[in-house]
Amino acid sequence: MGLMDLTAAELGKKIRAGEVSAVEAAEEALARAEVKEGQIHAYISLNPDYALKRAKQVQKQIADGTLSGPLAGVPVAVKDNICTRGIPTTCASRMLEGFVPPYSARAVENLEKAGAVIIGKTNMDEFAMGSTTETSAFGVTRNPWNLEHVPGGSSGGSCAAVAAREVSFALASDTGGSIRQPSAFCGVTGLKPTYGTVSRYGLVAYGSSLDQIGPVAKDVTDCAAVLEAIASWDPADSTSVKRDSYDFTGALKDDAKGLRIGIPRDYFGAGLNPEVKEAVLRVAWVLEEKGAAAEEFDLSLVQYAIPAYYVIACAEASSNLARFDGVKYGYRAAEYAGLHSMYKKTRSEGFGPEVKRRIMLGSFVLSSGYYDAYYRKALQARTLIRQAFDSAFARFDVILAPAAPSAAPRLGESLDDPVRMYLGDIYTISANLAGLPAITVPCGMDSAGLPIGAQLIGDCFEEKKILRAAYAFEQAAEYAGRSPAAGKPAGEKTAAAPEAGKGGAQG
Amino acid sequence: MSREYETVIGLEVHVELATKTKIFCGCSTQFGGAPNTHTCPVCTGMPGALPVLNRQAVEYAVAVGLAANCTINRRCQFDRKNYFYPDNPQNYQISQLYQPLCVNGGIEIETGRGRKWIGIHEIHMEEDAGKLIHDEKEGCSLVDYNRSGVPLIEIVSEPDMRDAEEVIAYLEKLRLMIQYLGASDCKLQEGSMRVDVNLSVREAETEVLGTRTEMKNLNSFKAIARAIQGERQRQISLLEEGKPVIQETRRWDDSKECSYPMRSKEDAKDYRYFPEPDLPPISISPQWLAQIRACQPEMRTEKLARYQKEYGIPEYDARIITESKRMADIFEAAADICNKPKKVSNWLMGEAMRLLKETGQDPQELSFAPENLAKLIDLIDAGVINGTVGKKVFEAIFREDADPVRYIEEKGLAAVNDEDALKAAAEQVIRENPQSVEDFHRGKKKAVGFLVGQTMKAMGGKANPQTVNRLLNEMLSGISEKSAGSGRGERS
Repeated sequence: MGLMDLTAAELGKKIRAGEVSAVEAAEEALARAEVKEGQIHAYISLNPDYALKRAKQVQKQIADGTLSGPLAGVPVAVKDNICTRGIPTTCASRMLEGFVPPYSARAVENLEKAGAVIIGKTNMDEFAMGSTTETSAFGVTRNPWNLEHVPGGSSGGSCAAVAAREVSFALASDTGGSIRQPSAFCGVTGLKPTYGTVSRYGLVAYGSSLDQIGPVAKDVTDCAAVLEAIASWDPADSTSVKRDSYDFTGALKDDAKGLRIGIPRDYFGAGLNPEVKEAVLRVAWVLEEKGAAAEEFDLSLVQYAIPAYYVIACAEASSNLARFDGVKYGYRAAEYAGLHSMYKKTRSEGFGPEVKRRIMLGSFVLSSGYYDAYYRKALQARTLIRQAFDSAFARFDVILAPAAPSAAPRLGESLDDPVRMYLGDIYTISANLAGLPAITVPCGMDSAGLPIGAQLIGDCFEEKKILRAAYAFEQAAEYAGRSPAAGKPAGEKTAAAPEAGKGGAQG
Repeated sequence: MSREYETVIGLEVHVELATKTKIFCGCSTQFGGAPNTHTCPVCTGMPGALPVLNRQAVEYAVAVGLAANCTINRRCQFDRKNYFYPDNPQNYQISQLYQPLCVNGGIEIETGRGRKWIGIHEIHMEEDAGKLIHDEKEGCSLVDYNRSGVPLIEIVSEPDMRDAEEVIAYLEKLRLMIQYLGASDCKLQEGSMRVDVNLSVREAETEVLGTRTEMKNLNSFKAIARAIQGERQRQISLLEEGKPVIQETRRWDDSKECSYPMRSKEDAKDYRYFPEPDLPPISISPQWLAQIRACQPEMRTEKLARYQKEYGIPEYDARIITESKRMADIFEAAADICNKPKKVSNWLMGEAMRLLKETGQDPQELSFAPENLAKLIDLIDAGVINGTVGKKVFEAIFREDADPVRYIEEKGLAAVNDEDALKAAAEQVIRENPQSVEDFHRGKKKAVGFLVGQTMKAMGGKANPQTVNRLLNEMLSGISEKSAGSGRGERS
């Protein structure tokens, strides 16, 4: 078993114990990337020099006792829409090719303070717009479980890197499911925190009122530990929230006693793949065996979530992406005549089709005469959705949902029909609209040998409840920490099904 | 036959707030500075940078709103105004459309026709843009983002003004009020106060408003007055010719005294406003509002009354002095130091105003320390220098904030009080001007004035004229006693 097969917590322990050095860990991550990247292409850029230099510094700090946290010396991959000082940050767009930010995102600063070592920047859908990582300007990422399939998106690179054991854990961002859906497709654990928990400073904005940075990891324990490291109240992000407590690992108890689990019927009806449905519902049974009480209910308004989400996200995106104009940084068209021609050509050449589609959609819904019909309506729908969740959380601690209608689609299947692709976000976007925390945990494999993930949604600031439920399930199931037989369909694991009471894959 | 027309004017006034740092980041707001030195990721629109609201900017804006009799909205929010232009680094401006900070106010103005209430529709906050510099030689344009993110308020009046006189009265009142609040220095030339004039004309006695135009690029009150006159004439001529007035933005060229269209309604921009998701709504709590209200400085009307009562200066003086916050501050400080308010007021209204006019400066630009004026007054009263030399010294104070004591010493301007020296000079004058001496003895007592003047001149102006006068009178009388023509004074 290699160092990258360990969870971040396990590796961190070994490093602190002096069994492994931070430099060895970084070298191992880089070596794994060398082996896997030809197939997977999880990274947009690898930074061996930076990583090894940082690892040496961190090792020194560990040695002199100034660094002792659980992530000290542990390699991390960072989604390429999160700014890293001195390291290119492209958002997988030609528009930002070669852009090197002079500052780091607050989450990255926090992570580096905790001693994590950045190995590279991961692939994603261009500007986080997409559900497959196929809209990247720098090539697709392949699903480590089956290279013919997508890893999901937009954080496909982060999730694939963790799944393929190229790195210990990763940072990603989630605007409408971009952490949770690819985590499900790649069989890893991903958490979107409550809006405002992790500073957005330095996260290249897509939908400002929806974006959150969160961890992608090999298990629930790592997710909690990474969240503890990256969460902070940040005066530089006015939407950041000062929380009463930043303890998340305290929730990791193998016990679901008293947890009230809501199962929204709206999420398990038509459109959901039966294998996915069965695997996700089994999570409720497992948790019931551990003392939880599960109950079906009607969430309502689910049908409004997708239109409301796409109106709001695209409106914000159309404005957020206006700054990419060729004037100050990033791509500029080589030939143009005058200012408007420079704008037009730069943006036509610099953005890919999905980004352009969303900018146009967003500009349209905000334009005079349509604002009330679309944007204002979407805000009203958002308020109602929030209220529906409020009343649900009056009855339940955790809502159980799928993370996607099916397991990972094949490469090239999704982009031809964007509306279908948008509809695939049905189970994840409500958490963004309502600002709720949600976690995806692996809960099974479909008949084609692709992972299935279950989503646990909590009320605002109730990360601990979903972490506890996810941890309790993980301890009973065998999916966390499982790694794909990379490069070929996942052979003997295909038929694996969760069995209640069985010990977890980790020791 | 020519009809009668009424002009209808509303103003949009942008004022840069006097905060030390920008509205959404910690960069300096200082005017000048090498291009792009007062910048950071936030005010240059770097990816991932986020705005953080400057509380002081809100407090200044609220202070102006209160002084302009506005309702302060308990809850307000920022909106994004989307448009592409290189001076606007994010290609949207953070402004307020849906819930501005202050609404429904107004101020009273006074013109030759009496008092009038000018309504203020709203005051909202927004950020300033950068500056484009066109390099003709290189054939390119450069952007300086130093000004990007400087806090602005936009004061939108109701269309309540009818001519340039009312407009200027409104602007002067507004400017004085804001200066008194310390919320801005309101300099038109430097652009810390910018005025856009919305103007339409309609036939007298009609209710319906005509089509309006918006005039920009108005850099002085005089230019504003000329632009109003010019635009009124232009619109009337169009109407007389039966042509429509086009709703458009026009640029005033003050040197040519005419305007050119900048953009018309057809290519009017759709700003696609929507609530700024990076900034939560601001709530102005009653406590915060009370705090701002309590810190509201003394305004002009109150000062005017207090100066008459407390300092005993005439209303006329008080009016002139309080027309500028800076002058009022100097007056108060100098009067408190030397305890001679009327003398301070005389210097300010006389010499200071004269020099301001001469140098083409605004009273707000007075830059000397009040201590120096107070010292000057004391020096004159103590007879160290006379009034004439005093004017010279004041000029040095005015121009370079000179310390009068040091200045008098350096320039050797102290009055000569040595009576021997004065007598010697007087004797010389008497000797050289027998005619005047004769006139004096014939009873033309005024002739002594000429001799005093000559003696002062001989002393380089540094003598105390009262002393010279007394000495000359004594000496001339002595001459008459002894018999005219002896010509020689007594020397001891």
